[in-house]
Amino acid sequence: MNSIGRPKTPSNLRLSVRIIQLVREILSRPSGAIGLVLVVLHLTISVLSPWIVPYDFKAISASLILSPPDSAHWFGTDQLGRDVLTRTLLGGREAILVTLVATPIAVLWGGFVGVYLGLVGGRADAVVMRVVDAFLALPWILKMLLLIVTFGTGLEVLIPTLAVFYGIPVIRIARAAAHNVVARDYVLAARARGHGRFSIIVIELFPNVLDALMVEGAMRWSWMLLAFSSLSFLGFGVSPPTPDWGLMISDSRTYLPIAPWAGLYPIAALSSLIIGINLTADALAKALGVDRAQKAPI
Amino acid sequence: MLRMILQRLMLGFVTVGLVSLIIFSAVEILPGDACTALLKQDAQGQQLAQCRTELGLERPALIRYAVWASGALKGDLGVSAHGSKRISELVSDRVKNSLLLGVTALAIGIPLAFTMGILAALKRDKLLDLFLSSLAISAMTIPEFVSATILILVFSGWLQWLPGIVLTSADAPVSEFFPGIILPVVVLAMVMTAHILRTVRSSVIEVLDSEYVRMATLKGVHYRRIILRHVLPNALLPVINVVALTVGWLLGGVVVIETVFNFPGLGRLMVNAISDRDLALVQGIALIVASVYVVVNLAADLLTMLANPRLRSAMVKRI
Repeated sequence: MNSIGRPKTPSNLRLSVRIIQLVREILSRPSGAIGLVLVVLHLTISVLSPWIVPYDFKAISASLILSPPDSAHWFGTDQLGRDVLTRTLLGGREAILVTLVATPIAVLWGGFVGVYLGLVGGRADAVVMRVVDAFLALPWILKMLLLIVTFGTGLEVLIPTLAVFYGIPVIRIARAAAHNVVARDYVLAARARGHGRFSIIVIELFPNVLDALMVEGAMRWSWMLLAFSSLSFLGFGVSPPTPDWGLMISDSRTYLPIAPWAGLYPIAALSSLIIGINLTADALAKALGVDRAQKAPI
Repeated sequence: MLRMILQRLMLGFVTVGLVSLIIFSAVEILPGDACTALLKQDAQGQQLAQCRTELGLERPALIRYAVWASGALKGDLGVSAHGSKRISELVSDRVKNSLLLGVTALAIGIPLAFTMGILAALKRDKLLDLFLSSLAISAMTIPEFVSATILILVFSGWLQWLPGIVLTSADAPVSEFFPGIILPVVVLAMVMTAHILRTVRSSVIEVLDSEYVRMATLKGVHYRRIILRHVLPNALLPVINVVALTVGWLLGGVVVIETVFNFPGLGRLMVNAISDRDLALVQGIALIVASVYVVVNLAADLLTMLANPRLRSAMVKRI
């Protein structure tokens, strides 16, 4: 089947080989290496942190309120005397879990719909794209807040909400990527062979838009993290006493001039993760040859 | 050309219509209505029924949508559930304040972004470019509430130069927002500048690499003339759309920033309205925000069309 004019893109290589190759290419750029190291470091910490934190994240102490960093509490304590190091190490778990589950779902469904629309075109395409445009005309925060107010803020709400919302802009990207492919000879050949729409999408189109979708997924991941922590910051996300970076930054604001450590450590943690993802995504885009210079902030 | 403009206008109008439908049905799906919000614990039995009759809530959804939409067209967004004030009245000061914030940020951010973006592109891969590009990446990736918190810590907490929160009331005249507005404007402008700068840079680089620029260089055209006549006009045209999209981001980002700085704008009103479950107010604000987004994008599209010589000459021919 491969002989019928399908381009010998690297996507046709075996998956494990492909992944190793990609990681190597990302690591070959200094910014990509820094980014990937940051991401892996954060993922490792978020998995291992329950076993390595020095204190109980809920342990309140009246004698330790806003005490500066010392040998017992390396990052100091917060306004309730809780250990900032413990809470910073644990503070990304919720955010990473939610976004890491929601991102692949968003990219897959958005990608599938986008590719489908790119293939069939016509009236269905026009109608759906109008709705997508209308949906994107509302600021994300309004949509998120409306849903959260209705259904609460548990993981069972946040994951599907993020997965649905962040899949919608993916439709556009996948549709545009599919448009570059649908007119190729190998798609025509597949049609001539009598393949149905579904198999054309899965066998011919999807592998060819996968590069664009991977880069898009990395970007969506960082935007989701941003959304998640913004919601926590506004008080609509994780509920206390669960440690969360956005919530910690929000709590520490009042005391920041006298106790900067309570806010600066979670700020450093959140920023380094988001910057890490972005650097990795940039390096990934360059390695795959996907142009994301014109990417708009949505 | 004229037909294209008309088509584009129609499309914008359809989008606003669709948005209003989405907003209306979203609020419709939410449990509770204006009366349960208004009456709180008393929302039962006869009182609830009476309130619903008064506000016309027992009519079918389609009719209520028609009434709401036609009212919105005339600038009347209905009555807020709390304090039963007119929404248009409640919103007007907030819109003015948010506009003040956004337009100031744009006025600072756009020239800055263009200058720095062009500089970065002309000095590609040199020290200046690396510096500007990494500055831009950090400004656009770090969440705005984080940069806001850091700025408040530095300029308000440590240096004590500027107020960290805005205490001005919503209906105060513009002059009274100074100096409290400086930090929020800086945060907004920072993120916007970063986004636009990146696009300007890559757009200019793309044109610099193009064949006609190489042609001009080979012909011996003066460097400055190449940049001013060949590169910039072609490179900056596509940026118009990105500026419009950035304004779209601004509409959302302003919500977080206004909350951080306690700024009495539309964004904070929206957060409050959602916390209070004031659905009528949420509907109204959402519609305003979405309309602004659509209008800005429409303007950007039209501007691009008008600035594009190929389309312009097509228009001349037709006339």
